Amino acid sequence: MTNSSPPTAWITGVGGTAFGRHEGQGALDLMAQAAQQALQNAGLQRTDIDGLLCGYATTLPHLMLSTLFCERFSLDPAYAHSVQLGGATGAAMLMLARELVRSGRCRRVLVVAGENRLSGQSRDSAIQTLAQVGDPDYEVPNGASVPAYYGLMASRYLHETGTTEADLAEFAVLMRANAARHPGAHLTAPITVADVLASKPIAAPLKLMDCCPISDGAMALVVSAEPGDGPRVAMTGAGQAHRHQHLSAMADVMQCGAAVAAQRAFAEAGLGVADIDHLGIYDSFTITLTMLLEEIGFAPRGGAARRLRHGDFGADGPLPLNTHGGLLSFGHCGVAGGMAHAVEVFRQMTGQAGARQIARPRHAFVHADGGVMSSHVSLILSQEPSP
Amino acid sequence: MNAAVASSSALAAPFVEGLARQELRFQRCTACGTAQTLARHACAHCGANTLQWETARGTATLHALTVVSRAPSDAFRALAPYTLVIAELDEGPRLMAHAEPGLRIGERVRAGFFAHEGRTLVRFAREPG
Repeated sequence: MTNSSPPTAWITGVGGTAFGRHEGQGALDLMAQAAQQALQNAGLQRTDIDGLLCGYATTLPHLMLSTLFCERFSLDPAYAHSVQLGGATGAAMLMLARELVRSGRCRRVLVVAGENRLSGQSRDSAIQTLAQVGDPDYEVPNGASVPAYYGLMASRYLHETGTTEADLAEFAVLMRANAARHPGAHLTAPITVADVLASKPIAAPLKLMDCCPISDGAMALVVSAEPGDGPRVAMTGAGQAHRHQHLSAMADVMQCGAAVAAQRAFAEAGLGVADIDHLGIYDSFTITLTMLLEEIGFAPRGGAARRLRHGDFGADGPLPLNTHGGLLSFGHCGVAGGMAHAVEVFRQMTGQAGARQIARPRHAFVHADGGVMSSHVSLILSQEPSP
Repeated sequence: MNAAVASSSALAAPFVEGLARQELRFQRCTACGTAQTLARHACAHCGANTLQWETARGTATLHALTVVSRAPSDAFRALAPYTLVIAELDEGPRLMAHAEPGLRIGERVRAGFFAHEGRTLVRFAREPG
């Protein structure tokens, strides 16, 4: 380690609940379960944690969720607050935890989020809360919803690239197949491209099976200044981009900011697309996944589905994608939904993925977006050899 | 009933007040001339904070289009399925609005207005000839 490069931050433990319906469990209950697992997985005691970052919960709006969680979970950190960046929150918290560790501010940061988004509110209430990522004067009054924003965006992307609805459907099918191998996944019944195409229309060109479900659940990770005893997972790069909030203001559907965030992360890690052998990419809708893969460069424009059909993104392919099933099938409970990708990457890298374990990845790329492709956070996780 | 609909901020008030008068208002930068999408405190292109409101002619080209089958609230369930679009006004700004069924991306449209739940909303229709 030279004086010019800050110390490495390591992920040393993860935890999480199953995603689905957890009737009677509140946001803090779910967060506590995930946090307890992460501490055990990292081999830490509560008193070892000196930093706490948490997300937000739509079912528990609170001015100080981090402090509230610390009280309930009996933590006494030197640094704590919550972070709000929509679906990018989890990745943003991991990036911040890395900065806190590299700056010397913290030694061990617990990153946690969870909520009872499915059972804690009516479906209309959830949909209306989420729609508020739209502009309150220009967009929301039209009866727009998050699927409507993504449907609009998808229409333009399909128009520009020639991507078809059947291409999008392939990603829903792959995520379902992956989820079937994870005991904690929300949706596991096998589906076909025909099923996706025939599913209920939501916001054209998106059908029900192009959309992620709303789930209950929680996820947690520990970011430390020292690697764990087992296989070492370093956070070797991170980057962000924030080019717009509202879909109306997205200047170019082909350059939404994902590639900018990714390039910042790659530059920091000294790596490129060709070095990556595992993907954890945000997939709130099939169009999300398609656009991110193509803009970042893991597939040519209009060519993501072709790579998928070739087997490249399968669990046994050269570039496995969301081996837990992603938001589309593992489930989406808000902030924790976007953390599940990183949790899965850690488990695959450290040989903790159980029956769905594949060859341990060397360099994984994790990406999340918040809003309507509004906020982007890219992370690069690398397996480092033990000394 | 013509109760004024409050905008969410002073910034966007001219837009919301314009809709009530069936006018499509947008800001233009007096420094570089760029027409702004949404309401801004500074020009999205050059950063100048000298923006002036203008009224658009109402003609536009469709940039994106969806048909919403699953409405987010009871107020819109009665309208479903309805067409939402992002249109690029001829002056430059993009605007999310309703549209008549059967349109396609790239088609020429003209803005009309309709009342819904006490608000005036924009509905684009195919531009004749």
